[in-house]
Amino acid sequence: MRAILQIIRKEFIQAARDRKMIFIILVAPVFQLIILGYAANLDVRNIQTVVCDLDRTPESRALVSEFSNSGYFVVNDYAEKISDLDHYLDYGKASFALVIPKNFGSKIIQGRTAQLQILVDGSESSFATSGLQYASIIALRYSQNVLLQTFSRMQGTGIKVPRLNPEIRIWYNPELRSRNFMIPGVLALLLMIMTTMLTSLAVVKEKEVGTMEQLIVTPIRSYALIIGKLAPFSIIGMIDVVLVLLVASFWFKVPPKGSVPLLFLLCMLFLMTTLGLGLLVSTLSKTQQQAMMSSQFFIMMPMIYLSGFVFPIENMPKIIQLVTFFLPLRYFIVIIRGLFMKGVGWHELWAQALMLLLFGIAILSISIVRFRKKIG
Amino acid sequence: MSEPAISVHNLTKRFGDFLAVNNVSFQVGKGEIFGFLGANGAGKSTTIRMLCGLLSSTSGTATVAGYEINQQPEKVKENIGYMSQKFSLYDDLTVRENIRFFGGVYGLRGKELKDRMEWAVEMAGLQGRENSLTVELAGGWKQRLALGCAILHNPKIVFLDEPTGGVDPVSRRNFWELINQLSEQGTTVFVTTHYLDEAEYANRIMLIQAGEIIAGGSPKELKETHIKNPILEVECDQVVSAMEILQQQDWVIETTIFGTYLHTSVTNEDEGRKKIQKVLAENNISIKRMDRIVPSLEDVFIYLIDQGSPAAKEESR
Repeated sequence: MRAILQIIRKEFIQAARDRKMIFIILVAPVFQLIILGYAANLDVRNIQTVVCDLDRTPESRALVSEFSNSGYFVVNDYAEKISDLDHYLDYGKASFALVIPKNFGSKIIQGRTAQLQILVDGSESSFATSGLQYASIIALRYSQNVLLQTFSRMQGTGIKVPRLNPEIRIWYNPELRSRNFMIPGVLALLLMIMTTMLTSLAVVKEKEVGTMEQLIVTPIRSYALIIGKLAPFSIIGMIDVVLVLLVASFWFKVPPKGSVPLLFLLCMLFLMTTLGLGLLVSTLSKTQQQAMMSSQFFIMMPMIYLSGFVFPIENMPKIIQLVTFFLPLRYFIVIIRGLFMKGVGWHELWAQALMLLLFGIAILSISIVRFRKKIG
Repeated sequence: MSEPAISVHNLTKRFGDFLAVNNVSFQVGKGEIFGFLGANGAGKSTTIRMLCGLLSSTSGTATVAGYEINQQPEKVKENIGYMSQKFSLYDDLTVRENIRFFGGVYGLRGKELKDRMEWAVEMAGLQGRENSLTVELAGGWKQRLALGCAILHNPKIVFLDEPTGGVDPVSRRNFWELINQLSEQGTTVFVTTHYLDEAEYANRIMLIQAGEIIAGGSPKELKETHIKNPILEVECDQVVSAMEILQQQDWVIETTIFGTYLHTSVTNEDEGRKKIQKVLAENNISIKRMDRIVPSLEDVFIYLIDQGSPAAKEESR
């Protein structure tokens, strides 16, 4: 027990003396959350649009203003001919082009079906898809208005127009702001990156410098050495949780809706897995470089892409969905989004928490067994 | 000899196809300074690392301080101190913090820790520099501090793996004084080195080459057993051509260059002197000085390596 305290104290002295380390631990996560909080935004707004109005009638102008008033589209230029549009899309000056053909207005007045052409830059597919949805809703609304006007002119003929008016209520994130959804995810990601990286270097650094050899010849037990090494990093991790929570709550105004003590408890469970993975990498690596590369490739990349942080797991092929069950971040993302956005509690999250606990115990045990206090 | 401090039986270490230590057996008595000699890569460090529990052995057994290295490694570790050439201290900790950390890991506390801390600072000659970062210390101080940290817990046996590598000659001498003091206090010192002059300080020496022990004994015994013929040290012009000429003489057993001199071993001292003078004079090489010398361990070492080399074995067949 005393030996564990010795190691913890030594790690803290070393960390406190290393200015770069202090920056990485205290400043970097806050910066990253602020930057990512703004950047990790999936909302599609202000789509740059070019209009080619070949009709030039009140009807066509009404349609264009429907688009620009929607808030989704910004009309930034008008083209004379259809052939000019290529230029706008090729050079990225606009991602949407709206073509209103001749006789658009007259067809509408005559009650005939009018055509509207939309050209989309599809290289960013999700962006294009959202834009197209907005465009078709606007077109639908326009034609409804036309329909209503037609009917109102026929008033007095006794025809009633039935309308369906859906009343939509969105739960958990009423403004559908993607930031509310991303910030808890970024928090989880930061916690994972910080702790995995720091621990992956912890053991291998001492191997490189040669001090590990000196520690191995002391009577200190493997588990004591490992606990002594991990404890400082879990404390650092929890400090980062506090910092990041403060930024989320007071800067972005996205505070957790659920219980904060439960959030801390579950963060600790998650830390067990990330610290364990980092340690495993560290015991398997020979150099710090090797440790960095392996933790990035084999731990962080799969966790970021396959945990549901970026892509919904339901959309993945079955086989990859199976892989995600082995990623601790998958469970933690559910936990942290639930706690932040839905305000759920222990009752809904116990299964995820249990998985984290099992993973944590398994990974830590493997690391301790792998770390046999030998150099070869 | 009472129960030995270290007892090694048929110890072997294999790395893949490479046999680093091959079936080595020896014993080290309590309080002895035991020198383990060999070229780089001969298997010195591998042996010491197996004895300290840093490496597991492929086969064979060894007891250190009465405990079997593979069965009771933690017991072994309580009774040994180990220091390697790399000065395994934390560069970013101060002198005091390093001593305190290792003392704490070895289970020292309270007054005992304080006393040993003072002792280590004094031994390393670092009074007044307790709060300097270790990285700022010069090689010799760092090395003595490392030794201090390795023996804070008063171990029965100290293993030193090339402790004087990269240290200036004065520091090396001081360091050996420390080793002698330890031995006088009854500590067994197991030290590897490739400095042959250092090996003269050892009570007993073991010579290892290509993973096998090729000779062992006190420095005096080694010289007497292996160097039976008188060695003449010759100071002359054109050392290289003189050596080539002497090597062709059938009455010369061996000639090697030592610095700017020649060491020539002959069967009979007086006869040898005359013949050397004659043959070098014939070749217009003038001799400044010629003395019979007491063979150094270097002479022994070179003789033994030549005997043990594959080429020599081939010739003797």
